[in-house]
Amino acid sequence: MSKDSNPSTQAPGSIEPADATSATPGGRVWRCGDNLDTDALAPGQYMKYGIEEIARHCLESLQPEFASQVRAGDVVVAGRNCGTGSSREQAPQALKHLGVAALVAKSFAGLFYRNAINLGLPAVVCAEADRIQAGDRIRVDARAGLIHNHTRGEQLRCEAIPAHLLQLLDDGGLLPHLERRLAGRTNNHPAAVSSHE
Amino acid sequence: MTAQPQTLAQKILARACGRTTVQPGEIIVGRLDLAMTHDSSGPRRLQPMLERLGAKIWDLSKFVVITDHYLPANDDDSRQIIRITRDWAREHGLKNFHDEQGICHVVLPEKGYLRPGMFAVGGDSHSPTGGAFGAYMFGVGATEMLGAVVTGEIWVKVPQTLLIEWSGSLGRGVSAKDMMLHLCRTLGLDGADYQAVQYTGSAISALSMQERMTLCNMATEIGAQTGLVAPDATTRDWLQQVAGVDPASIDITQWQGDADAPLGAHQRFDASSLAPQVAAPHSPANAGPIGDHGHQRIQVAYLGACTGAKLDDLRMAASVLRGRRIASGVRLMVGAASLHDQQQAEREGTLGVLQQAGAELLPNACGACAGYGAYRFNADTVVISSTARNFKGRMGSADARVFLGSPYTVAASAVTGHITDPRELLA
Repeated sequence: MSKDSNPSTQAPGSIEPADATSATPGGRVWRCGDNLDTDALAPGQYMKYGIEEIARHCLESLQPEFASQVRAGDVVVAGRNCGTGSSREQAPQALKHLGVAALVAKSFAGLFYRNAINLGLPAVVCAEADRIQAGDRIRVDARAGLIHNHTRGEQLRCEAIPAHLLQLLDDGGLLPHLERRLAGRTNNHPAAVSSHE
Repeated sequence: MTAQPQTLAQKILARACGRTTVQPGEIIVGRLDLAMTHDSSGPRRLQPMLERLGAKIWDLSKFVVITDHYLPANDDDSRQIIRITRDWAREHGLKNFHDEQGICHVVLPEKGYLRPGMFAVGGDSHSPTGGAFGAYMFGVGATEMLGAVVTGEIWVKVPQTLLIEWSGSLGRGVSAKDMMLHLCRTLGLDGADYQAVQYTGSAISALSMQERMTLCNMATEIGAQTGLVAPDATTRDWLQQVAGVDPASIDITQWQGDADAPLGAHQRFDASSLAPQVAAPHSPANAGPIGDHGHQRIQVAYLGACTGAKLDDLRMAASVLRGRRIASGVRLMVGAASLHDQQQAEREGTLGVLQQAGAELLPNACGACAGYGAYRFNADTVVISSTARNFKGRMGSADARVFLGSPYTVAASAVTGHITDPRELLA
């Protein structure tokens, strides 16, 4: 296996996508490199604060303009081993808080992947993620396992998200999923429900 | 022996889900024997979610909280996080609360919580440290921890086992940390692909418990879900003598993988020929033999964290520093990983050696490793550190340069003021 490169990112630039006038333009792409780490996504010194403050510093060591310029619906596309490092779920949570609609990577660190899904942020594995460039307009269909790149007019296939995780995404994450589950239990087995703390 | 040969990881997961065998790739839901969190991932994050669900911790006797990230609490925000943690533990009558005792991964086994065969989660990525005791332990984020402690169970995709065999024996001045940096370089940060890593071979059998903890701790850095060492007499003796665990509750014969169990991969390494390793900024995978880093000057030598400041780590450093002083202009920071280890180091004279050499002592907490609080490195500071990760900006300024090495290497470099092969000083 090759020696891991340092995480690197490229700014999306100000290229206006070719189909900017299309009815469903998709999200703008922000590109990151291999081994994007959780310290870059949720820097340690801000971990004592709430997600709003952490998100303000998301990726600041690599791409200082990211947090202020990213818009709702944008997509982050990374290389191999996206989210390596810490268990801090504020890493994917910061992206979600900033409005990132989905994460695409050639592969994810397992712990980060679980955190992303648990927070309701679609994370899809796409072997051909490198065909997507910064500034492209793409739409990620996690359920179908497809990425539509409007800028380049191509479709890329992604790995299917396992059924039990799709269920979590459909519910909006693990917490709302548990809410539903516990509510269901309330109806069926009232005795099984813990009382309020 | 079971009809279908199973790895150690499979056997633990099979018991956790109430079956005799499980197969790699299948999704199982296991009953937890233990869940551990710290001040950052624990009550401050869990309580609001518990309230939203109107739920409780499934079994407080299996829930452990340890403060380590925001100590020392150097500002109002940190003090509040520590206060929330303490208040929560008191209000819930939590017996398993360890405050200012050291870093969770080191305190957990020290206080006797771990046994071979356990299925456990921790709210921290270095939770596989528990695998040194033959427990299947892995890290989760706060929301997943919430799910785990409300239901008492968690899902796992049964992993393949990557068997990492170290034959031969480590030379003087070479340690488990060097093995792991070599693996980070060889396999990459995702080399283990979120499967189980199991360390085996003559060089592993010869390692102390705390050295095995270093191996399993850094299984995270090669991308494993968990790291394991099959329990043996060393495991049993440590649990009994250091942690005071009832020997009747320690089963080292059951928790062994079957010799003919299919493996994901079997990789072989030679401990005898391993040189001390150093990882350059900004990745543990940028590792190589120490000779590659020549006369790199350093300003800070840091012995810290769960990876690199346990009692055995302090002893390694002391073996280099005995009768020596650190170079002028160099700061040697030592934050023993637990109070227990620091007190033992003090009793036996190890701590005295470090202090006479010029070390400054930090509290028994995560310190500069997590970069969360009081200790952060300034721009352009060059550091040699015994910790696990040197990602850009992790331990302070994005312009700080952190090299990773073993406790021996950190000590030797503190003496000379540049990255130094400890074997030169131990000769």
